[in-house]
Amino acid sequence: MSFQKILAKYDLAEIEARIKAKRPADVETALSTVHPGLDDFMALLSPAAAAYLEPLAQRAHRLTVQRFGKTILMYAPLYLSNECTNGCRYCGFNASNTVPRRTLTMEEIENEARVLFERGFRHLLLVTGEAPKAADTDYLAAAVARLRPLFSSISIEVYPMTEAGYRQVIAAGVDGLTIYQETYDRTLYAEMHPFGKKRDFTFRLGAPEHAAAAGMRRIGIGALLGLGKSRIEAFCTGLHALHLARHYWRTHLTVSFPRMRPADGGFQPLNPVSDRDFVQLICALRLLLPDAGLVLSTRESAQLRDNLLPLGITQMSAGSCTSPGGYAEKDESGRQFVIDDDRTPAEVAAMLRRRGYDPVWKDWDSAFHQ
Amino acid sequence: MDNLIIANRSFRSRLMVGTGKFSSNAAMVAAMEGSGCEIVTVALRRVDVDNPHDSILAHIDREKYLLLPNTSGARDADEAVRLARLARAAGCEPWIKLEVTPDPFYLLPDPIETLKAAEILVKDGFVVLPYINADPVLAKRLQEVGTATVMPLGAPIGTNKGVRTRDSIAIIIEQAIVPVVVDAGLGAPSHAAEAMEMGADAVLVNTALAVARDPGPMGAAFRKGVEAGREAYLAGLGRQQDRAEASSPLTGFLHN
Repeated sequence: MSFQKILAKYDLAEIEARIKAKRPADVETALSTVHPGLDDFMALLSPAAAAYLEPLAQRAHRLTVQRFGKTILMYAPLYLSNECTNGCRYCGFNASNTVPRRTLTMEEIENEARVLFERGFRHLLLVTGEAPKAADTDYLAAAVARLRPLFSSISIEVYPMTEAGYRQVIAAGVDGLTIYQETYDRTLYAEMHPFGKKRDFTFRLGAPEHAAAAGMRRIGIGALLGLGKSRIEAFCTGLHALHLARHYWRTHLTVSFPRMRPADGGFQPLNPVSDRDFVQLICALRLLLPDAGLVLSTRESAQLRDNLLPLGITQMSAGSCTSPGGYAEKDESGRQFVIDDDRTPAEVAAMLRRRGYDPVWKDWDSAFHQ
Repeated sequence: MDNLIIANRSFRSRLMVGTGKFSSNAAMVAAMEGSGCEIVTVALRRVDVDNPHDSILAHIDREKYLLLPNTSGARDADEAVRLARLARAAGCEPWIKLEVTPDPFYLLPDPIETLKAAEILVKDGFVVLPYINADPVLAKRLQEVGTATVMPLGAPIGTNKGVRTRDSIAIIIEQAIVPVVVDAGLGAPSHAAEAMEMGADAVLVNTALAVARDPGPMGAAFRKGVEAGREAYLAGLGRQQDRAEASSPLTGFLHN
């Protein structure tokens, strides 16, 4: 059964009501159970669990150290193109915005990649908007083939594809996919995506399954925090992850918690997520998904990132630039959003070591592809 | 109703019973009736499926029980597939409990041959219920080829040792998308209850009933064990507490 059918069985208002109805006793049960289920997960996301933030954090920390040790995988995003035909109201790349548009040539891509390589990165995340003419699957495959010799792992964060599309990029050397549903609320999704191919909620929802069926090694999902109500979005994200883990058990899952940042276009979050709620959500997801990688980007502040580190995080970006060409040319115009933690990768790595964590730059090998 | 659903067929009972080793057919029938089971498994090698007067088959009311032939004795996939097809040709429903046990001592299942046979039988239209060691990855490989259940062993057949593979069965239960039937090794109603409390969908018992002094009441005792375990699972067992650990606060930064 597809996740679309699973999700269709849930009424979002009912999920919210069930979460809000959880009592302290439910939270205590959830905190003490070995394998929290969906009902426990609701308790951990509930307002009642806000009073249990410290024990929740302790449990999340212990689980993460047990499963991953004190290691953080370092990765960097590389923006290939900011051309986009979508109208996502919250995004700097929105087709209606008048930011400078650009799609990097293969040579420019390599220049960018070399900067990241010099900084120590071996795990790369390639990002584009959705512009079939400027940056189609062939373009992406060519970019991957060009970068393959430099990097041990290449992931993509682009428009959703069919299974055949994912097979093509996997054959070119992609081993990871990041694709956020943005919101699991179909109605809100329609409002946020007034035009463009991204309007197709179902196709996007099915993309992780298409990729998994194509043999993608790592798949990252998430909701854009600030759009829908965060407890509901977190619950649906957990549900989605469990579904993928059960049906595509060879795929390693990661979950991200992108909190909305200021972007060109001036969109304001509909449901801002406080730091406290953010911590609760991350810890609850860790308890539900002990084996999932949890990803924290430079959207968050340096101070907050340092404090979130022990709560379950396993992957971090550093020194990120969200505009095409931004690394080599130091030009930030045409960016997707404003980052907050602007420390260099070396500074972030030093912070990790100071805190007793090992920054891991290489945790994959292109030899797996032969 | 909290029914067991296998291949779109619904069963009220979550206890399956095997028919080997009984001292008499009367004892076998008493155990079946006491247990309230709806699925009984019969070793194809023991019965003459073409003969309605066969001593075991004649005692199993086919209106009341789903006859689940098993391939016990098969040493490889070819033998198991042949046995299954013979049973279907003789008019049995296309349900098969797949057992491939080349080791005659502990009767442990061969994972490679079991997977091979399962793939062939599923393609051939059988509802396949494979007997396996408690191997979570094998369970996933089998459900991927389309088996209707997975049936991990609690302990080797006939040992009555209980759920010795507990940790692996817990993983199978956590990850499975088909019903998990704990098969083999359950020697007491408390063992059956334990498996059901863990979230198993059903259990299969044979030796414990067959060698009981009084198989009928033992069947009833297992029924109660299975029901108690299931009800406890659904009601949500009280959890053992994690031991409190003193450690430096992780959320202090939120108060600043």
